Amino acid sequence: MTVSLAACSFASFLRTFATFFTLLILSFTTLPATAQDAAAPADASAVESAEAATQDPAAIVQSFGGKQSYDDTEEVISRLAATGDPAVARALRALREGDLYWRESDEAVFIAARDGDNYALTDPYTGEEAGTAPRGDMSKVRVKNSIRNAVTGALGSLTLRSDNPGQRMRAANTLFDEANPDMIEPLEAAIEAEEDASIRTAMEQARAAAILQSDRPEEEKAEVTSVLAQRGDRQAQTYLNAFAASTEDDAARVAATSAVAQIQSNINFWNQAQNVWYGLSLGSVLLLAAIGLAITFGVMGVINMAHGEMVMLGAYTTFVVQELIRNHAPELFAWSLAIALPLAFLVSGLVGLGMERGLIRFLYGRPLETLLATFGVSLILQQAVRTIFGPTNREVGNPDWMSGAFEVGLMSVTWNRLWIIVFALVVFAGLLLVLNKTVLGLQMRAVTQNRQMASAMGIRTPWVDAMTFALGSGIAGIAGVALSQIDNVSPNLGQGYIIDSFMVVVFGGVGNLWGTLVGAMSLGVINKFLEPYAGAVLGKIVVLVIIILFIQKRPRGLFAQKGRFVDA
Amino acid sequence: MIFAKYLGPRVWFLVLLLVAAAILVPMASLWLPRSHPLHVPSYAVPLIGKYICYALLALSLDLVWGYLGILSLGHGAFFALGGYAMGMYLMRQIGSRGVYGDPVLPDFMVFLNWQELPWYWSGFDQFWFAALMVMVAPGLLAFVFGFFAFRSRVTGVYLSIITQAMTYALLLAFFRNDMGFGGNNGLTDFKDILGFSIQAPETRASLFAASCIALAIGVLIVGAITRSKLGNLMIAVRDAESRTRFIGWRPEYVKLFAFTVSAVMAGIAGALYVPQVGIINPGEFDPVNSIEVVVWAAVGGRGTLIGPVLGALLVNYGKTVFTSIAPQYWLFVLGGLFVFVTIFLPRGIVGTFDHGWDAWKARRASKEREMGEGAAEPAPGPAE
Repeated sequence: MTVSLAACSFASFLRTFATFFTLLILSFTTLPATAQDAAAPADASAVESAEAATQDPAAIVQSFGGKQSYDDTEEVISRLAATGDPAVARALRALREGDLYWRESDEAVFIAARDGDNYALTDPYTGEEAGTAPRGDMSKVRVKNSIRNAVTGALGSLTLRSDNPGQRMRAANTLFDEANPDMIEPLEAAIEAEEDASIRTAMEQARAAAILQSDRPEEEKAEVTSVLAQRGDRQAQTYLNAFAASTEDDAARVAATSAVAQIQSNINFWNQAQNVWYGLSLGSVLLLAAIGLAITFGVMGVINMAHGEMVMLGAYTTFVVQELIRNHAPELFAWSLAIALPLAFLVSGLVGLGMERGLIRFLYGRPLETLLATFGVSLILQQAVRTIFGPTNREVGNPDWMSGAFEVGLMSVTWNRLWIIVFALVVFAGLLLVLNKTVLGLQMRAVTQNRQMASAMGIRTPWVDAMTFALGSGIAGIAGVALSQIDNVSPNLGQGYIIDSFMVVVFGGVGNLWGTLVGAMSLGVINKFLEPYAGAVLGKIVVLVIIILFIQKRPRGLFAQKGRFVDA
Repeated sequence: MIFAKYLGPRVWFLVLLLVAAAILVPMASLWLPRSHPLHVPSYAVPLIGKYICYALLALSLDLVWGYLGILSLGHGAFFALGGYAMGMYLMRQIGSRGVYGDPVLPDFMVFLNWQELPWYWSGFDQFWFAALMVMVAPGLLAFVFGFFAFRSRVTGVYLSIITQAMTYALLLAFFRNDMGFGGNNGLTDFKDILGFSIQAPETRASLFAASCIALAIGVLIVGAITRSKLGNLMIAVRDAESRTRFIGWRPEYVKLFAFTVSAVMAGIAGALYVPQVGIINPGEFDPVNSIEVVVWAAVGGRGTLIGPVLGALLVNYGKTVFTSIAPQYWLFVLGGLFVFVTIFLPRGIVGTFDHGWDAWKARRASKEREMGEGAAEPAPGPAE
């Protein structure tokens, strides 16, 4: 691999390529952060509302008291909503939860909570404590589902004026989903008062959605289609489609259809982006699985069919570590993966060392026998794990920082996938450093390039062989820690990766780490782009066939080694 | 009988043994009373028949691995393709006796709501066509695959890995329901073959005899190929491919020929296997199965004619015995066998025996060199 690294102009191209990936990752990580920043700075403005003062909200709250029909209750709710006073939200929430009561003696309204035989009362408007009352004295303000819905709507319009920008944003999004024509006016008022640009946009989109559902004139509806087009997601597209189908005005229909098309191209763009992301994610998994093989097979030329089992051992190490942590030190759980990493490296590395010393060193120069013997080892390891841990999947938990997802545009990015991509690239970079900057790496390259000469220079070649094999195996173990987060941890875990790993190494070019990176990433992306057309299984078959054909064309892979030791 | 002198007495003994088994075992199973000490129980006939099919598969692998140095990790795919061709014939023979009673469509197609038979199923109601396909399907795959692979000089472990990828791709493909080969469940519930009930002891005995005869013919064919001038060329390609090319031969054609013949043999083995076990499913494409075939040949001794046969019979008999005693430890044994054979018995049982025999004879005659007069087998060198 040094030959190609040192001499080949590919190398610089590939470094650029890797930088590109890193930048891509960085941009993914920073995007959500900037979105939050944009949302943050506008909480200073308490909304001064013009019509709030027309009637005393506290007095309206009191009119829940006394025997009422449901219609009366609903009317009170809408009057409260019209005040635009965020403070009435307390009373409304209590009403929805069924905690709003009135005193039989004076029809005064309170929020009541059970306190022994009595109710503890709170003022529904101010939230101050208002003593207690015997339970017999209080009557509940009756609610049914339509009332609860009315309350939710009213709260939506009230939270539009909340001091908390996050709450305003949520309210705008809820109203967008509801698209209720009654909310147009509160939204307009809120839009005028809103100072945060992104929230105002969301409110305008909610207003546009509501207008499409209302009986406003067609021209007005046609105008707001562009607002929806900007939003560009599937919900907006649904509204526009419905509008385009129902409107009788030609101009409005044209506007709506063009907006739909605009949204469609936006959705398509994000679909492609999502595919690329999935592809990179799959590619990083392949990279992790194959990178150890790139050392043992690529650099040493040893066919290690037990490579997948090294990955499996890493995953089971993670399982054991997590079990121990769960039983003895649950507070360390967030660190479980960090603890498992070096242990997995050691476990797989030691097994690899044992294999090399006990088996493979007798078979150097006989690759087909090596293949068979290591396959035997893989069977033994699988069965050993099956005997110890049982044949079923074992549970490996995700620490908090690995679970969940966030949105980038219309694309959802899960944290565990993101971390695995980052992790794969870190492992790759680390391995490059080891190979190019350490004494062991130097000796490794020397031995693989010219064993006799290296030996004559005083390098203990058997020791270097053992260390190289242990390094490759240990890296497979590390990969197992990462894969335990996204795959089932079972004795068959390794088998699923072994063929793919060989494909990656062969495709990328044996003996070239950069080839492994490019091979893994391109196979991942090709796979994910084929999936929508061919289905998951057929896509995989097509990829295998492509690789088989590719090997016919370039038997030494994408980035073939050059030099005299190519054809042994 | 022109090969008599080339094949050597051991191979002829094997062929005669197989012919005798083809006649005597069915007789002992059908006509001897149960109490007779030589009676062969009826369950044993298809079981041994299965081993014989495996032996033919191992022999076909030996032709390319032992004599040509091509370690194919995809021979199970040819075996399974032959099996599927036979299975399709057997499916068509079910006729309207299936669960859904459709006169043409097999049950799984009715279940999937298919209206008509896919085009590639047509013709399989005729035995001659199915028998042809048993050979054509694997042979064609091997020819096309080999044509591209050998022409572009994919050799050694690279070839092994892409043959493995080939069988893996087929495994995935045959698991799909829309492939029209029964998906996950494969083809099963066979009723009869050539008009005879597949469960009947007489049919089983005949299938057993057919398997033995097929294996005997296979041994003779492989013997004829490897003892011919072409066989010498194959060994030359195995031991020094570049040198053979420089002399002026075309190694890719030699390889292509042997690979295709080998695949056809594997297909026939699969076709005989399916009616005896009564099912064919995508699991036969599993890369692990193909690798197991390699270990049979390795145990018996590759590069010999009787080695793979012996290896397949021994390992599979061992597997049957062992899985009935301690099934969970079979993989330990199999894995250990891989390691043991490659480290301590690289020539296999037969090869090690020959080697020891030659050495002993050479010592006894105290001549400087005496090779290959008594034992006609060329001492197998390392495959690479």
